[in-house]
Order: sequence, then structure tokens, then C-alpha cells
Amino acid sequence: MKQLLQQLINGLSLGSIYALIALGYTMVYGIINLINFAHGEIYMVGAYVGFALTTFFDLGFFPSLIASMLVCSLLGMLIEKIAYKPIRNSTRIAALITAISVSLFLQYTMVYFVKPDTRTFPEVLTNKKLSFFNGSILLDVKNIYIVLITVILMVALQYIVHKTKIGKAMRAVSIDKEAAQLMGINADQVISFTFAIGSALAGAAGVLVGVYYNTINPLMGVAPGLKAFVAAVLGGIGIIPGAVFGGFFLGMTETMVSAYGGSIFKDAVAFGILILVLLIKPNGLLGKATREKV
Amino acid sequence: MKRFNRKNIIAIVGLIIFYFLINFLINMGIIDSYLQLNIVIIGINIILAVSLNLVTGFTGQFSLGHAAFMSIGAYTSAILTAKLGQPFILSIMLSGIAAALAGIFIGVPTLRLKGDYLAIATLGFGEIIRILALNIDYIGGAIGFNDIPQYTNWTWIFIFTVATVMLIHNFNKSYHGRACAAIREDEIAAEAMGVNTTYYKVLAFAMGAFFAGIAGALYANYFYFIKPDSFGFMKSIDILVIVVFGGMGSIAGSILGAIVLSIISSFLQNIPELRMVIYSLILFGIMVYRPTGLIGNQRLRTHKKKKEAKLNVGVESKESI
Repeated sequence: MKQLLQQLINGLSLGSIYALIALGYTMVYGIINLINFAHGEIYMVGAYVGFALTTFFDLGFFPSLIASMLVCSLLGMLIEKIAYKPIRNSTRIAALITAISVSLFLQYTMVYFVKPDTRTFPEVLTNKKLSFFNGSILLDVKNIYIVLITVILMVALQYIVHKTKIGKAMRAVSIDKEAAQLMGINADQVISFTFAIGSALAGAAGVLVGVYYNTINPLMGVAPGLKAFVAAVLGGIGIIPGAVFGGFFLGMTETMVSAYGGSIFKDAVAFGILILVLLIKPNGLLGKATREKV
Repeated sequence: MKRFNRKNIIAIVGLIIFYFLINFLINMGIIDSYLQLNIVIIGINIILAVSLNLVTGFTGQFSLGHAAFMSIGAYTSAILTAKLGQPFILSIMLSGIAAALAGIFIGVPTLRLKGDYLAIATLGFGEIIRILALNIDYIGGAIGFNDIPQYTNWTWIFIFTVATVMLIHNFNKSYHGRACAAIREDEIAAEAMGVNTTYYKVLAFAMGAFFAGIAGALYANYFYFIKPDSFGFMKSIDILVIVVFGGMGSIAGSILGAIVLSIISSFLQNIPELRMVIYSLILFGIMVYRPTGLIGNQRLRTHKKKKEAKLNVGVESKESI
């Protein structure tokens, strides 16, 4: 029971990270139907920006978190403008390979400039542990920070998408781009904005991971990127609450599996669940079934 | 159609001359071991690309797990030759069959999915197979499988590359191949015309897996050493890139793509620190400036009349891929 509670806490933190990355995937897919494989790399860049700011400029946790989100959103917009805009009308497979090429480019440019070694993230949060039940359950303050920041960001996202004008435009473009354009919405701007928001969330996830696990390296974006994508598909790609749900679900499952003896298979479990879900409910757990029209 | 018409005879004679020419050059020592290595890599890449083209280019099913079938073939052959001491030809065939069975096993449930979802599901299967291989101690686990006897040489590579290309070429021109093309163009229409879509999708998938397994066997028995991480997600992408670069649905394109990309990557080996950066830029350039690939959807026709080539222009499918 104690172990279960402890693992729940860990799962919640891991799930927050996945959820934050998955949101970017799902928003981009919802709006231009592109699996943005470079998203995991934006998360990696976010972690490095956080690392640079805290180590070399001695900034605190919150200023570097915000700065890193800003840098990532600029990077996301830049990627969209340079790489994805020219191929918006080409085939799916060409778009996918472009996304992969962008991802490879970011990975190996980072390897070239910052060297492939793992670096240690400085301790920017006080390393305090709260103990419950006479010390049998340890709650790291970092866990609280991660979950809290994730929740705040998600509430903010929900507010942007549902209460603001640009959010309304985003929803309109994701439903029907042509019709939205006819209504006077500048689709290019909306797509840019979507990339900016999604990338900012990934950047936040990067800094949080750096703070939580203390190590970063230029290829750290690959595995969480793939898994966050799995999370987005689990919840139903293109659906924002689905990504959050999928992220937490995947984080929990992985933590539980590795806690109860299957740590070597934890990655396989994530993909196994993905395939099961796709076979039973191809539109994701929260997705609605769509009928194909001839 | 006559089986022994002039065109076929010319092609066969040409291939035989080509085989003996390269063989002669190898025996004379003009082609050194480094060039031989590249020839083997090109051959394996051709088999992989043509077999993936059957699945993705001709049948229109988006697979990101092709390297997994290659790994199944590679491990089967490694076990058969290194641990059980079986002859190479038998282990190649069994590798192909093992990969094809895996293809059927994976294909039957997942091929109901379409487009991106199918891509993700095959990606997932590829990762699962890699992780399983990492955790089975009998085949070396993460350390890799060592001391595989080196059987693969120019003769084996030549025979299997030519056989793969010929079989898949003829399959595409057959009744079954046209059924697959119909599925690519419009699955619902194909089904309405009485094409058993599930059967043909699984058939194409299993055939693609079979040849990928053979490529894996050739690979394992050339490099002595295999490890699960050589057959990861990136390897699948590499194969897909060859197919798209050469042109979807074009066998000549896949062959050309395999040759060109293998040469490019062997040149990039000289600058290891910038290799992947340049590779990604090349990929990006190809996708932006030539998204249809080198040969696009038109097949390379040197002997046919021009009229037929014209008819082929409009067949590019946009929806599912």
C-alpha cells in the first residue's frame, strides 16, 4: 500500500511531463494533420535552455522556466515557417519525412554544439522532502512543483482555447481550414500560434524534466517524444483533454509496470497498450467514431 | 505474353554479364574490401527498399516497422547458422519465412487501420520487437549477437537482389498486383469491385516482410555481429526514405534511391560529427523540392511506347499516403 502510494506520486509526475508534451502533438495534429516528430526535440532544446540559464546566468527556477518557454515557442514558430509551410500541401509521407528530418537536424546540431555527453542540471529547487505516515512515504517538493505547474499550464491552455478569440480561431481552423479562411481567419497566423503554444508547453516539460531527473543530453527527446505521441494517440489525437488523459494514463502505467517487476518491458508495455487501444477504439479512448464517407 | 521475348533475353544476358564483370573485378582485386562492403550494403538496401515499396508504394499501406522484419530475419539466420550450424541457403529461406509469419501476425490486426494510425501501430510493433530482442539472453540481449559466420558475398547478394526485384516486379504486373494497386487508389472502390482488401493487404505485407527477412539474413551473415538497436525506428525511417526518395511505386526508383543514398551515406562517413546534420538537410531538401522522388510515379520505360507512359501521369494518389 505504501509502495503503491509512492508509485502513484512518481507516476503523476511522469504523467505530467508526458501530458505536457502530448498536448503539443495533439494540437499540431488537430490543426494541420501532421505528426510533428520534431516536437520531442523542442522539449530537449527547452531543457538545454533551462540548463544554460540556470548554470551560466544564475537565474532562478521560474525566470528560466518562462524564458525557456519563450525560446521554445519562437523555435516552434520558426520550424513551422521554414520547414512545414512549404510542404503543407504535399503528401502525408513527404510531410512525415520532413518532420523526421527536422527532428534529426535539431538532434545532431545540438550534439555538434553541446557535445553528446550527459550534463547535470543544477539544483534550482530546494531539495526538501515531506514525509507522511512516519516517513514511509516521501513526497519530494519537486513532485508538487511539477504537478502544480502542469495543472496551471493546462488551465491556461484551456482558457486560451475556449475563452479567447485566437482560441476560437484555432478551433475553427482545426474543424475546417477553408471555411475558417472564408470567415476572415488568417489561417497561417493561427497555425503559427498553435506551434508557439505547443512548443512552449514542451519547453516547460523540458525544464521540469531537467529539474526532476537532474540529467539532460541531446538525444533525450527521442524516447519521451515517441511516448508522448503514444499518449496523444491513446487519448484520441486532436483532442486536448485526450492528450492530458493519455499522458497521465501512460505515466501511471509505466511507473506501475516498472515498480512491480517489469521495468525492462516498460517501453514495450506503452506500445502494447497503444496497439490494443488502436485496435479496439482507433480514434483513441476519448475520441468519437467517425464514419467514412464515400 | 511471351516469356522469352527479346527484351527479357537482353535483360538476362545483361545481368549475367554484369555479375561476371563484378565477380572478375573482385577476383582481380580491383574492387577492394571497402567497395565490396558498399556493394553489399547497396544490395541489402535495394532488397529492403523494393520490399517496402511493395507495401507502401504499391499497396498504399503506410508502414514504419520494416526494420523489425529485417531484425527477425537477421536473428533467425544468426541462430540457424551460428548456433545450429545449418547451411546458409536454408537459413535464408527460414529467415524469410519467419519474417513473413511475423508479418501476417502483425498485419492481420493492424491493417484494419489507415494512414497515420497504421504508421503508428507498425512503429509500435517495431519497438516491441526491438525491446523483446533486447531482453532475450539467448540471442545476446543488449550486448548483441556475436560470431555469426560470414557467408554473404557478392554471389548471394546478386542472386537475392535480382530475385527480389524480379519477383516483386512480376507480382505488381500480375492480377494480384493490380488488386493491390486498386487498394492504394481507393480502398472502398476496390472493395466494391470485389477485391478482398484484407487478404491483399496482408499478402503484400507478408511478402514485404519475407524479403525484409531475407535482407536481414544477408546482413547478419555479412557483418558477423548484430544488435537490436541497429534495427530500431531509425532504420525503418532510413528504408522509407529510400523508397520516397526513389519515388513511391517505382521499382527502378527504389533501386536508384538505394544506390544514391548508400553512396551519399558512405561519403558522409568521412565527416562523422556532421554526418547526420547533412543527411537531415539532404532529406529536407528532397522533400521540399522533389516530394515525388527521383522517378515519381512514372515507371522507367525504355522499351515501351510513349503513349503508355502518358497514361501513368494521373495515378498519383493523394488521400491515403
